[in-house]
Amino acid sequence: MTNSGFISRFCSIRNNTVVVNNKTEFFRPDEKPEKFLTGVYQHFAIQYPKFYKMDILSKLGFLSVELLLRDTGLLEKYAGHKTGIILMNASSSLDTDRRHQESILDRANYFPSPAVFVYTLPNIMIGEISIRHKITGEGTFFVRERFDASFLVSYIRQLFDTGILQCCITGWTETNGDDYESVMYFVEKTDRPMDGIANFDAATIQKLYDKVK
Amino acid sequence: MEQLIQKLKEEIIDALNLSEMNPEQIDDKAPLFIDGLGLDSIDALELTVLLEKKYGLRISTAEEGKKVLYSVRSMAEFITANGKA
Repeated sequence: MTNSGFISRFCSIRNNTVVVNNKTEFFRPDEKPEKFLTGVYQHFAIQYPKFYKMDILSKLGFLSVELLLRDTGLLEKYAGHKTGIILMNASSSLDTDRRHQESILDRANYFPSPAVFVYTLPNIMIGEISIRHKITGEGTFFVRERFDASFLVSYIRQLFDTGILQCCITGWTETNGDDYESVMYFVEKTDRPMDGIANFDAATIQKLYDKVK
Repeated sequence: MEQLIQKLKEEIIDALNLSEMNPEQIDDKAPLFIDGLGLDSIDALELTVLLEKKYGLRISTAEEGKKVLYSVRSMAEFITANGKA
């Protein structure tokens, strides 16, 4: 059997729980998303002060990738320009868009915040992650109504097949008010037979997405 | 002046989401950018907005901005010199 990619690791952050490769790594109930994510950052002793300046979508994506890659050395196997990040969500950067809108509603007190405005695009999250991990390959953000496993697999396989990427961080990172959900996969290109490792196909990533839900 | 510097430090921590810091950790005279607090260009814009929003002061040129936003003390001196302390 051959395939065009396998999932070497996955991570989810939702329902106030962090799960990495099926193992629950952190759980803290009854906390709002912002407080919960700060708790995750502190619990894993991550050192990256810029975290505090990020909007909630970037914090969620940043932490997901931190824990996805933590102590793995996975990225070191690949050149930065052969590593990509392809992410998806339903609400784009709506949370931050709302915050920005609130800051400019009153024309008499019109002080838009640059630190808020800069996050009014979801691909800023990809930029934050790319800076952190020195990733310079393709970075693309798609907005879809729901997690679209077939689309992601088809898009990334094309990048693998055309030699543009050798590995990719992909998944779903969504925030909207008090709702948040992130499921990330680290996918490596291979044309070797792979046994015992999850194949990168739509059914598998959908199953992993549903499983940790 | 010292009271204004203390107040400015608290406002900077709040405006820039420097949650891990407290005012005592900010050196009055240390550069705010690159060294010192390691702030970036977005932070510079945020501090410019802070001066306008809280003190009604505008920085008119990039050159003036470099001098005013050099440190907490230079910001405080700018505020005092313009009678907004």
